[in-house]
Amino acid sequence: MLESKIPAGKLEDKWNDYKGHCKLVNPANKRKLEVIVVGTGLAGASAAASLGEMGYKVKAFCFQDSPRRAHSIAAQGGINAAKNYQNDGDSVFRLFYDTIKGGDYRAREGNVHRLAEVSTSIIDQCVAQGVPFAREYGGLLSNRSFGGTQVQRTFYAAGQTGQQLLIGAYQALERQVALGNVTMYARHEMLEVVKVDGKARGIIARDLVGGKLERHFGHAVLLCTGGYGNVFYLSTNAMGSNVTAAWKAHKAGAYFANPCFTQIHPTCIPVSGDHQSKLTLMSESLRNDGRIWVPKKQGDNRKSTDIPEEERDYYLERRYPAFGNLVPRDVASRAAKERCDAGFGVGTSKQAVYLDFAAAIQRYGKGEVSKRNLGNVSAEEITQLGKDVVKEKYGNLFDMYEKITGENPYEVAMRIYPAVHYTMGGLWVDYELMTNVKGLYALGEANFSDHGANRLGASALMQGLADGYFVIPYTLGNYLADEIYAKALETSHPAFEEAEKKVSDRINTLMNIKGKQSVESFHKRLGKIIWDKCGMARNKEGLETAIKEVQALKKEFWSDVRIPGEINSYNPELDKAGRVADFIELGELMCIDALTRNESCGGHFREEYQTEDGEALRDDENFMFVSAWELKGEHQWELHKEELKYEVIKPSARNYK
Amino acid sequence: MQHYNMNLNLKVWRQKNNQTKGEFKLYRVENISSEMSFLEMFDVLNEKLITTGEDPVAFDHDCREGICGMCSMYINGKPHGPWQANTTCQLHMRAFKDGDTIVVEPWRANAFPVIKDLTVDRSAFDRIIQAGGYVSVNTGNAVDGNSLPINKDKADAAFAAAMCIGCGACVAACKNSSAMLFMSAKVSHLALLPQGEPERHSRVINMIAQMDKEGFGACTNTGACEATCPKEISLSNIARLNKEYLGASLVADK
Repeated sequence: MLESKIPAGKLEDKWNDYKGHCKLVNPANKRKLEVIVVGTGLAGASAAASLGEMGYKVKAFCFQDSPRRAHSIAAQGGINAAKNYQNDGDSVFRLFYDTIKGGDYRAREGNVHRLAEVSTSIIDQCVAQGVPFAREYGGLLSNRSFGGTQVQRTFYAAGQTGQQLLIGAYQALERQVALGNVTMYARHEMLEVVKVDGKARGIIARDLVGGKLERHFGHAVLLCTGGYGNVFYLSTNAMGSNVTAAWKAHKAGAYFANPCFTQIHPTCIPVSGDHQSKLTLMSESLRNDGRIWVPKKQGDNRKSTDIPEEERDYYLERRYPAFGNLVPRDVASRAAKERCDAGFGVGTSKQAVYLDFAAAIQRYGKGEVSKRNLGNVSAEEITQLGKDVVKEKYGNLFDMYEKITGENPYEVAMRIYPAVHYTMGGLWVDYELMTNVKGLYALGEANFSDHGANRLGASALMQGLADGYFVIPYTLGNYLADEIYAKALETSHPAFEEAEKKVSDRINTLMNIKGKQSVESFHKRLGKIIWDKCGMARNKEGLETAIKEVQALKKEFWSDVRIPGEINSYNPELDKAGRVADFIELGELMCIDALTRNESCGGHFREEYQTEDGEALRDDENFMFVSAWELKGEHQWELHKEELKYEVIKPSARNYK
Repeated sequence: MQHYNMNLNLKVWRQKNNQTKGEFKLYRVENISSEMSFLEMFDVLNEKLITTGEDPVAFDHDCREGICGMCSMYINGKPHGPWQANTTCQLHMRAFKDGDTIVVEPWRANAFPVIKDLTVDRSAFDRIIQAGGYVSVNTGNAVDGNSLPINKDKADAAFAAAMCIGCGACVAACKNSSAMLFMSAKVSHLALLPQGEPERHSRVINMIAQMDKEGFGACTNTGACEATCPKEISLSNIARLNKEYLGASLVADK
């Protein structure tokens, strides 16, 4: 039975009531309770630091060489909060409403409202830590706009907001390490959840340097391990980002929710060839000024600058006049794919569209002329002035583009194409962020709870920090208050013994395959299957084929993978092999989930379910539920449905026209 | 931009672990596209080594977009290679031409012991942060963000220092293996902001003490760190650090 444990009462009172009535753990008992935090991104670092401050004994784990490297660091654009500093009509309710609508009515009202409520405290907390947010000349915090909203509520630190927020959380974490409240295990990977009497009681982790398996006890286990975008092989995720911890939890009984809800970000640097190992995002903020277009003529091979204005198709402005280039991510991505599939794509691969700043440069240039009262100036000077303004706003992104492509985006239009960026799906959790396995929690991108079928820009950082700083400190106590009598288990306990054996057997099996194909080659093939058939557009036939192909790939992997090196040594190929093996299993579930959801919503676009003009067609009557999958055996899952009840918001067709 | 393919000779540092001595090994890679990143070229090499039954080269990398600070190769005598203000992962192969020989080593510093091949242990940086690189504020203690106006120039300068990605290129570039640029970036970030004021003196003293304990060398102002820093952290931060340290030494009684 899925019990979401949303508190009763009015939407705006739920969280306050919960906080007023949840159980507490007294300070002396907190010192006896051990908490394991896996992953040290925004969610994990903020949770570990906060729980350490509260007095719990925390052990934190990350696979990178330092907690500061977690991929939250790469978030560019910003973090939303309902501060209404701009006096433009923002409020907790509006942030809540935008997030629910942006998620195409597939998220829980209770969770999302809580997220909007605590958003303001996040900004305060980060400022207090010394996070250098962008400021106005009066010394106050600055804001900017993001897609899918009509207010300015995004706080930012140039194009490095994720970095600054993570460094803030990292420093808070290191402070707790120094105080002895948190023990940090870097270059460690969690490979199994240990359960005793149905409750999570620890993990098996592998020290990636020496290869040894370690047993760690905890009264509760928090998974803050991010999303699974790398199932597509090519994504904007870091190379090491993986689903392994979440997948082990799934195998230990935790339900996996909405795995087919994946976000394809519209503005990334296109693939340049087979050698490509990852994709790089160009921040959504660029769509504030850049105009997206393709040639009106199919297969037009002229340079972007040689195509006259009247022969360009600004297709987003044409299709969505109200939001234009600032439509939400799922809409913008699909529109780009549609144009490229129809033969209008640009660049050598023809899998790209233009993001053009020429008009913005002219507009800003003229603005500077009048602002500085320069009178008659030449066209070149206007262009130069405009370029200077664009440089100040987006300089670091333009530099990054030039480094990767070798092209100067101040002179020629950028080429962009959608790429996998974020996964809304994840471990099923209740209001307290606990999975259906007692004592096992999932925070941040690793859970499914707040973004429905599509996440709005600048909301991932908000959710990660909300979960870690402001939600888990309350909800974890509500569980641990009943665990104060549970003594710390000796790790010689049979449950640890058994879990460790399982892990070491699997590693031995992998190493002993001694096949012919590299881990990387399997990952690439998996990515191609999922991208082609479970990517931006899906259909029944393709998904059915994909399921068969992934099953066959799994078989081939377990009989022909080649992993060099030894078990008890630093062996990145072995680490990767374990992760790819898990991605293969997840890939199958994603396709099953996509096949079951006979509707289009958010990032999930089923070609059979669209309107006449190609927009997503939701089916609220039959699919207004969360799909929570329980693993039953190899290739077998059982679907549990959590009905979504909208008490405050009335779902309607998302319209950005 | 004209794309081209190239064949390259690689001279790569191989070292099994920190107990064994390392050595250079020669490899040849062929048909490398100028559009590849430097690490993608290493992916090609590793795929080749795996097929021929050799141990692939271990190297640190994660985000591959120049922000996580994990990649760390010393390329042709320069941390992160020939490009200015750049990380190894953002270095692209058009920086090289057909027939080139490229020498690749790990960061070399006593405080960064080699784990394997090109991978080193930079946990000393974490311990320096533990010594005081933070503002002591527990979750829930904060007042409204806008109740503390901060001069924009100071906020911008603090941000410029806070951009440090902790990669350690400054240490690798320094003939003394000094960590002063890294240290100064964190001390400056927090010293420039009012939030950092209460712990200003103890922070700089404790962090310097930890830096010395880790075995980093002294600073002799050659500026190699600034020249190699992928985030262009300015040498003026070291001047500020020295000022902070001197000031703190005069008033601190512990």
